[in-house]
Amino acid sequence: MATKQQTFGDLLWRRIVIWVPYTWLLLFFLVPFAIVFKISFSDPIVAQPPFTALFDHTQNLLNRFQGTLNNYLFLLDDNLYWVSYLRSIKIASISTVLCLLLGYPMAYYIAQSPPTRRNILLMLIILPFWTSFLLRVYAWMGILSTNGIINSALLWIGIIDEPLQMLYTNFAVYIGIVYTYLPFMILPLYANLERLDLDLHDAAADLGAKPLQVFWDIILPISLPGIVAGSLLVFIPAMGEFVIPSLLGGLDSLMIGRTLYDEFFVNRDWPLASAVATILLLILVLPIMLFQRMQVSGRSSD
Amino acid sequence: MKRQSTALLSMLCFGFAFLYIPIFLLIAYSFNDSRLISVWGGFSTRWYSALFANEQIIDAALLSLQVAVVSATVATIFGTLAGLALTRMGKFRGRLFFTGIVAAPLVMPEVITGLSLLLLFVSLQELIGWPATRGVTTITIAHITFSMAYVTVIVQSRMLSMDRSLEEAGMDLGGRPFQVFLDITLPIISPAMISGWLLAFTISLDDLVIASFVSGAGSNTLPMVIFSKVKLGVTPDINALATLIILAVSIGVAVAGWIMLRQNRSLS
Repeated sequence: MATKQQTFGDLLWRRIVIWVPYTWLLLFFLVPFAIVFKISFSDPIVAQPPFTALFDHTQNLLNRFQGTLNNYLFLLDDNLYWVSYLRSIKIASISTVLCLLLGYPMAYYIAQSPPTRRNILLMLIILPFWTSFLLRVYAWMGILSTNGIINSALLWIGIIDEPLQMLYTNFAVYIGIVYTYLPFMILPLYANLERLDLDLHDAAADLGAKPLQVFWDIILPISLPGIVAGSLLVFIPAMGEFVIPSLLGGLDSLMIGRTLYDEFFVNRDWPLASAVATILLLILVLPIMLFQRMQVSGRSSD
Repeated sequence: MKRQSTALLSMLCFGFAFLYIPIFLLIAYSFNDSRLISVWGGFSTRWYSALFANEQIIDAALLSLQVAVVSATVATIFGTLAGLALTRMGKFRGRLFFTGIVAAPLVMPEVITGLSLLLLFVSLQELIGWPATRGVTTITIAHITFSMAYVTVIVQSRMLSMDRSLEEAGMDLGGRPFQVFLDITLPIISPAMISGWLLAFTISLDDLVIASFVSGAGSNTLPMVIFSKVKLGVTPDINALATLIILAVSIGVAVAGWIMLRQNRSLS
């Protein structure tokens, strides 16, 4: 292109291609975070909007800054928030491991299937994703409730005498998260395992390695990038999950997403909700950056 | 080896059963005459009549469709531009940063995106008086922002895997970049753009959390209405709604598969 004179039209096209999406993301994705951060230092007041200004321009320069750390101190002080954060980390981690345990064999089987069958199986994995997430979570309410399918079946067989409480427990939340995020685990794993050289597998087996040993020494290390990518795609959104704990969880499955939502909509404490969001983002900064590094390196190696 | 693949196959079957049984149960329940889930009261379509008589649900569905069509279309345009910027524009200032924020909405928890966008809209309203009210416009803007990331990823990977020699030939023959994009690149990436549009459309139709934050009084999307109904327990007309959505999706996927199959045949 260096040999060709760039016309005004070419430059304009280049500008549009780069700056239209860039500006949009800056304005509607990045600036909002700055505002959240800013408001997390304000005090709540009964007004519209319900928080104090961070800068008081009627004051002299030294006293202009009116921010407080009250919200953060309150978060530190009140156990509710700590427990919510820790519970979210715990639930998201366990769900990620469960997704991996179920998703890995599935991805492995699909990657080893002949191409025509592989495409059908992949489509079957993706298909539920296209139907409403909310309605699929809702479906589990009918399955797990005390007069739901599982309890009716168990009662009818006679294994139990009275219905088990499954809905509105952590157990239901795990099922909901694994059920919803399983495709996000399987797809990156599949993409990774598909490129796996099966000859390597056979060579190791020919040399007398036991299947488990082949898996442990060869396949697992090679598929590590897929495992990390899939785990991040499950863990990060699960951390802030709101719908699943609200519909399937009980009082002891309050996760931080729900805490933030209630702080905002029920208590109308916008500054505190902003502080909760800021801390959540701080917890997630590392996994999100790791995810993006993998995105970038995955693209350049293609 | 044999035993190993049997174990794998049973895991696969278990996984598929796990994914599909809830969906089939929803369909079965929607035809159950009884309001109770534990009782089969006989075959009935009365929940479908109840659904179509529910104006709140119909209005919400129309609002959601409107938001989904507009936001998916804009997200596809912006996402394609972003994909183009990342694969065809070489180096530009802030490229690394751009790569970072393009993919971030993919994993950002919805509560954070929703809260931050609402606070932006409130601040903008204070500063410049726009948006005067929150509703369709603010929901659409929010949906464009987080669904364009999906379009970007799909379009970008298509642009990286496609054969560049056609574009280079077009350039060598004196085509301007915009013309080459229009005549050569666009037809090649159009299937990726269509899948991107469909994905953005679905995501928009499905979003509850972000819409709850950025919508104002009176503009309720379909997921918001569904959520407020099912929070209290199982309601049979929602089962009917779910069945209709599943039906629409299955038809859509079947048609898309058929078109792709035909294209493949005509190519070979």
